[in-house]
Amino acid sequence: MRLIAENLGGERGGEAVFSGIGFALEAGQALVVTGPNGSGKSTLLRVVAGLLPKAEGRLLLEGGGDEFPSIASACHYLGHQNAMKTALSVAENLRFWREFHGEGRLDVEEALETVGLGGIGHLPFGYLSTGQRRRAAIAKLLVSHRPLWLLDEPTAGLDKASEGRFAGLMTTHLGDGGIVVAATHLPLGLDGVNELRMGGAR
Amino acid sequence: MLALFARDIRLSIRAGGGALTGVIFFLAVIATIPFGVGPDLKLLSRIGPAILWIGALLACLLGLDRLFQADREDGSLDLLVLGNDRHMLALTVLVKCIAHWAGSVLPLVVAAPLLGLFMNMEPLAIGATALTLLVGTPAITFIGAVGAAVAVALPRGGLLISVLVLPLTIPVLIFGVSASYGATANPDPFLQPFLILAALTLFLGVLGPVSAALALRHGTD
Repeated sequence: MRLIAENLGGERGGEAVFSGIGFALEAGQALVVTGPNGSGKSTLLRVVAGLLPKAEGRLLLEGGGDEFPSIASACHYLGHQNAMKTALSVAENLRFWREFHGEGRLDVEEALETVGLGGIGHLPFGYLSTGQRRRAAIAKLLVSHRPLWLLDEPTAGLDKASEGRFAGLMTTHLGDGGIVVAATHLPLGLDGVNELRMGGAR
Repeated sequence: MLALFARDIRLSIRAGGGALTGVIFFLAVIATIPFGVGPDLKLLSRIGPAILWIGALLACLLGLDRLFQADREDGSLDLLVLGNDRHMLALTVLVKCIAHWAGSVLPLVVAAPLLGLFMNMEPLAIGATALTLLVGTPAITFIGAVGAAVAVALPRGGLLISVLVLPLTIPVLIFGVSASYGATANPDPFLQPFLILAALTLFLGVLGPVSAALALRHGTD
């Protein structure tokens, strides 16, 4: 599987945020997008996911087969928001996303154990702390399989131990032939990753 | 899809859900009418079906702004839009509409016969009004979904949605009320307006979700 971007340009509200971005990622490779605030990291991720139209350039995913015909169908998008309902319990949230996304991998309890939230699946999501919420959102990546992970500030709010655990999860994902594109300010603890530095703030 | 339906129903029942707000608003509207109109039982029973329909229509519009906005605020909407290849977005919207209807509007239909007693309506008129509400209110939800999708990015879109949607719901109101009257007033027909009402619901059940999906698709930012 290959994710290729050529001469990619993105805009927000009619104003160009970035242009001329290109990269090619093979299965098992990760791309870390860094840069100051307002340099377009989140916009880039949303353009890659297909949530924003691209202003110019080309984006394609090769070798997805019938299962993952497009980037949108092949990706997990973890944005700033956790996409969980505060009124539902953590397990209910995860169970919903597992069924909605399909391609089930770990079951809900296993995924919660993996992110270190074992035994709190019955609590309403709204009761959790910021870091715990983020970890529950990371568990969402584990309950259903997607080869491409698009992560926007994935470790925001996580403590040191959780950061390390998450680095391990990403390494496992890459080892299984996955692709990770992460926008971040913090070092993610991945070895030998490609780095894309977005331009300075305007 | 079933999971989405179950989730939305669960959310509407849990604290902060809209299931009860609509019913209480409906109750408030209908309960105050007899005080305003006065103790003229004949008049009340004559305007009863129309008042029930107007109350139900306004109560329907009440919770519509949260249909997509709640999902947008917590980021779920992005994932629902991204799931387009597995679950066509229009179908996702349709399921959300049906869940919204079952969670927030169906209680109105259930409450309508009871509130019909406040209006001194005959059993036949009550039955006819409840039946037309059952058939007609999904159309209001489908139209409302389009308004909710268009206004999803606006922080206080509730009023705007009502203003956008209200003119479009007028045909549903007209045929709903005329079918309710047709059941009791003798020369008026019941079946024709009732069938048009059913046709409106079916037609909007297709058009609404498709246009709402289009609006959502282009509304992500």
